Amino acid sequence: MTHTTSTTPAGDFLGGVRLDIQNLGKAYGQRQVLHNTQLTIEPGEFVAIVGRSGCGKSTLLRLVAGLETPTQGKLQVDGQDVAGLRDDTRIMFQDARLLPWQRVADNVALGLPESHHDDAAKVLAQVGLGDRLNEWPAKLSGGQRQRVALARALVHNPRLLLLDEPLGALDALTRIEMHALIEKLWRDNGFTALLVTHDVQEAVALADRVILIEDGTVSLDERIDLPRPRSRGDGQFAALEKRILDRVLQHPDEEQPPANDEAWPGLPAHGLRWAI
Amino acid sequence: MSRTSDQKLAAFTAMESGVLQATWYQGADVSWFPWGKLRSFAHAVLQRLLPWFVPLLLVSVWQISSVQGWISVRVLPAPLSVVDAAWALAESGELWKHVQISAGRALLGLAVGGGLGLVLGLLTGSIRWAETLLDSTIQMVRNIPALALIPLVILWFGIDETAKLFLISVAVFFPIYINTFHGIRNVDVGLIEMGRTYGLSQWGLYRHIILPGALSSILVGLRFSLGLMWVILIVAETISAQAGIGYLTMNAREFLQTDVVLVGILLYAILGKLADVFAKALERYWLRWHPGYQ
Repeated sequence: MTHTTSTTPAGDFLGGVRLDIQNLGKAYGQRQVLHNTQLTIEPGEFVAIVGRSGCGKSTLLRLVAGLETPTQGKLQVDGQDVAGLRDDTRIMFQDARLLPWQRVADNVALGLPESHHDDAAKVLAQVGLGDRLNEWPAKLSGGQRQRVALARALVHNPRLLLLDEPLGALDALTRIEMHALIEKLWRDNGFTALLVTHDVQEAVALADRVILIEDGTVSLDERIDLPRPRSRGDGQFAALEKRILDRVLQHPDEEQPPANDEAWPGLPAHGLRWAI
Repeated sequence: MSRTSDQKLAAFTAMESGVLQATWYQGADVSWFPWGKLRSFAHAVLQRLLPWFVPLLLVSVWQISSVQGWISVRVLPAPLSVVDAAWALAESGELWKHVQISAGRALLGLAVGGGLGLVLGLLTGSIRWAETLLDSTIQMVRNIPALALIPLVILWFGIDETAKLFLISVAVFFPIYINTFHGIRNVDVGLIEMGRTYGLSQWGLYRHIILPGALSSILVGLRFSLGLMWVILIVAETISAQAGIGYLTMNAREFLQTDVVLVGILLYAILGKLADVFAKALERYWLRWHPGYQ
């Protein structure tokens, strides 16, 4: 195992990676999941990917993680082609994926070299679980487990953090707390973050840019220029959220009626989409 | 009719909830007495004693029947004479010798058969080509009851120690093999993927994720094997032996010492129970992370 980055936890500013995605495509047999995907993410940027289930957003994340290999196009991190798993990339999954047979501190120290095991306690303190080091994961709540998973990702000082709907299974209040925590750790550590979510509010609350993926390709790239920390009650926030949400729902889908019914008589052609 | 039964029911529930007791000592000041504690203590004692009630009753009936001569001593000697026989055997040191030999055989067989089952289960569970190569053969052999091999085993090994060891090893092999194999196959693939993305080596994956994930299943296999181990031992020792609990009982049978036969049977029961307690203790220690064992 080569640790290209220094492994002092969350203190050194290591900077995030730059991500270049060109013409990326992925097919499983006959089924084309992603095609012609273009995306550039600047170092230290927080980008959220939204989209309906099955649109290919998780596949994109798995490609960036190196868990899958693309069938077309280029995928580069800091100018180097992604070939397999990288040491400076860490993933947080939807389920925390803690090892139930290891205590919290050992879970966080998983994959760390022996000399860095003390870092686990420091990072756990950062996510507010400094007093639960010796607990079994089964004793923790869902939110606490995701905090442990976050600590486990951050203890490696990743330069690219991939978040695959990590808060999808949590209740609304815990989710808001986790947003604040993730935002704070992102600002402190300066890594590049790529968040996949189906919650538009979450995307607007956290991200510098919101990317919408539809039918396996990028169909919207919206910059969110709201000052941080963002408040959900804010008018601008709500307007942005509504705009993106409307755009997501506008996409033709069997269960959805056409988006603009009242504009039917004499409407300009671009407002109409068939639900087939 | 319904009125009286209702009254009875009311009185009964009042007694249950302690209301009735409360009324009779209302006059005197006995509030210093910790009734609540006493009641819960009595309840706890009763809970502990209750499981022993039926066995004690049976043994008492048995003892009385024997003393009264309702049951012939040849058929079933009195419990006290079984205790006497056990005591005499223990004092002469014969008991320990036989227990030692039997337990030694059982554990050696378990070590050989179980160890082999564990190693092969780990192999076929982890490596695809090993499964293709070995699993169908093992599944075929598994369907032969170990005891069906007795004639063949006697031809091969005679009526020696080797024959007993072989039988026990064959019997305990399969439960451990199958449960190890399935334990490994049922490890959460999400955890393995997580381990890979967190930079674990192949060995690290095995040590931190695959083995611990399979452990609960392996322990189930061990408990099955422990049960089988005693059954096969008993049969093997009954066929022929120069020492061991089976020899003790068969020998006693020839001299019509029914009490010693019973001592032998009880010894098997105790050893079986001990093995189970040991396996449970292992589970409690190794699976202490599991909410089911906390």
